[in-house]
Amino acid sequence: MTQQTPVSKAPAPGGAEPAGPRRDPRLLATVASPKGWLEAFKRNVRGGELGAMPVILGLILIAVVFQSANDRFLSPQNLSNLSVQIAAIGLMTTGVIMVLLLGEIDLSIGSVAGLSAAVLAVLAVKQGLPEPAAIAAALGMGLLVGLLHGFVFAKLGVPAFVVTLAGLLGWQGLHLYLMGADGTINTSPNGAIALLTQTFFVPFMGWAIAGLALALYVVSVAVVERRRRQAGLPYKPPVEILFRAVLLALPILGGVWVLNQYKGVPLAFLIFVGFVVVLDLVLRKTRYGRMVYAVGGNAEAARRAGINVDWIRISVFGIASTLAALGGIILTSRNFAASVSTGGGEELMMAIAAAVIGGTSLFGGRGNAYSALLGGLVLGAIASGLLLLQMSTSVRFMITAAVLLIAVILDAASRRGRKTHARGGA
Amino acid sequence: MSTPVLELSGISKTFGAVRALSDVDFHVGEGEVVALLGDNGAGKSTLVKVISGAHPADSGGVITWDGKPVSISSPADAQRLGIATIYQDLALCDNLDIVGNLFLGNEKLHFPGTLDEVEMESRAMDLLDSLSVRIPSLRVPVASLSGGQRQIIAIARSLLGQPRVVMLDEPTAALGVAQTAQVLDLIERLRDQGLGVLLISHNMADVRAVADRAVVLRLGRNAGNFPIAETSYEEIVAAITGAADNPVSRRSERTGTSALATEDK
Repeated sequence: MTQQTPVSKAPAPGGAEPAGPRRDPRLLATVASPKGWLEAFKRNVRGGELGAMPVILGLILIAVVFQSANDRFLSPQNLSNLSVQIAAIGLMTTGVIMVLLLGEIDLSIGSVAGLSAAVLAVLAVKQGLPEPAAIAAALGMGLLVGLLHGFVFAKLGVPAFVVTLAGLLGWQGLHLYLMGADGTINTSPNGAIALLTQTFFVPFMGWAIAGLALALYVVSVAVVERRRRQAGLPYKPPVEILFRAVLLALPILGGVWVLNQYKGVPLAFLIFVGFVVVLDLVLRKTRYGRMVYAVGGNAEAARRAGINVDWIRISVFGIASTLAALGGIILTSRNFAASVSTGGGEELMMAIAAAVIGGTSLFGGRGNAYSALLGGLVLGAIASGLLLLQMSTSVRFMITAAVLLIAVILDAASRRGRKTHARGGA
Repeated sequence: MSTPVLELSGISKTFGAVRALSDVDFHVGEGEVVALLGDNGAGKSTLVKVISGAHPADSGGVITWDGKPVSISSPADAQRLGIATIYQDLALCDNLDIVGNLFLGNEKLHFPGTLDEVEMESRAMDLLDSLSVRIPSLRVPVASLSGGQRQIIAIARSLLGQPRVVMLDEPTAALGVAQTAQVLDLIERLRDQGLGVLLISHNMADVRAVADRAVVLRLGRNAGNFPIAETSYEEIVAAITGAADNPVSRRSERTGTSALATEDK
């Protein structure tokens, strides 16, 4: 998988000594020191293994530009709002990434989000269902819609583009039908729905969650590397694990610290990040995830390996629409209302753009769940910064388009790099 | 030779009005490389598909495994017996790394149901070591490998199921000279490990290099079963084309030299 650390980065302890008898002498050893890491890093960049680096550089650039134009951009309040704003589309992006990994596309996520908002509002407000039950019903509706897309695509052989294009139209129609003549249904400002985006954790909780996540990361990586060492495989020495943990801790702890300056870590953002992390683990660490990548890489090979390709496709569309429905619920929660326009605007385009900016390929088999977080942050930061500068949506669309193009051009260039450096251009 | 591992006798297969195989006999033993030869449409692929379970044979024939009669009616049956098939299009996932491809559909898991990458990488190394295959890193996407390496990975993958008979469909087509040699080396190592190998190839040089025996099909019928060491190139070509009178032997008579000017021995 592309996001796996190349073995060439696994250094030998103490430098020149080979890590074990099973290590191929042709592999370049990375010295376990900052200088060695820099060398390995340069090698990867030349080889087109850019990883998340361009996006992170882009984020820093965006932050610098907007902060110098308006010093409220990096204020805790603005960043806190930003983190809540990106949650809804971010969840939709997470679902789209699953579909993109299969090499397919889901055009219906915006409509499904809108339909989910309508179902939620109608059930909770008009039918008087308890709000948690209405949320569950909206999610269940999303799952059913996705399974239907997947079934028509996988079993009946209709291209996913057409299935979800029909979904884009059809579910929007159903959404409008459910909303009726009102056009807008206001939800309760202090029910379970509103709490989704109005809840902020006290500082201690934020620190605890961040600390726990980091500790889990370090422990799990250390355990795996120890086993690799015992098995005589190339492994990362403790210094490098620590170095990676520090690199990871900086944004996490920094983020918690900033959010704690305002109201604390928002629940909506935590839900988003939680889904990204869970999906990442599912994709990288489970048989299901491996099957998704395999189907995206070569469906025929996957079929011959005994993978139930149809089932993988149907389930991925199910997950995508469920996450889209969750996005619609978060949208409703933030606006305290579901309206005929919920999910019908830029959500679809932004979700797909975020996935691509984050580094997920449109051709299947390459990408990861963190694209949703990174891409969502880039688009959210641009939107928030331009809002602070009182620019109109027109400017935002043009800038977003430019960022999207730059991301795809970088991707194409790095793919060429990987080809010429024999790392696979797929 | 003791009892062959796999023996087919009187196998027929019809597709509609076409009789692709009629009364074909075939057998392969332990540690034996059998080349399956024939012109286009001779029934080679059909026979492979019968053995691999993709197209069950018509009734009437007998398939025995270790001397016991068995029926192969699905690919799963063939796999359970210990027959592995490697098709011409290799069926690897370019985006997955070598370990991922080797264990695709057969991943090793540990406690919470997650992939046991350490175990898989160890076993992949053991497997490739046992085949004397040297690939620097098992964690690169297979898209970055050469054609020969990809073929070797495809063959290695089939060995994880501990098969006793391996069928290779045109394993050296589209490979360069050095890569072909790698694959032929691997085939010899499979033989040395006691596996029966069924090799389909159009390349007579490859066949003569590694095969012990050549089974020739012509228009769906057995047209010969030759020990390679004692058979000339012309005899095999005659069997393939169905006539002693063929362009190759004519040329050989005219020039008075071996027709196989390109022969590698």
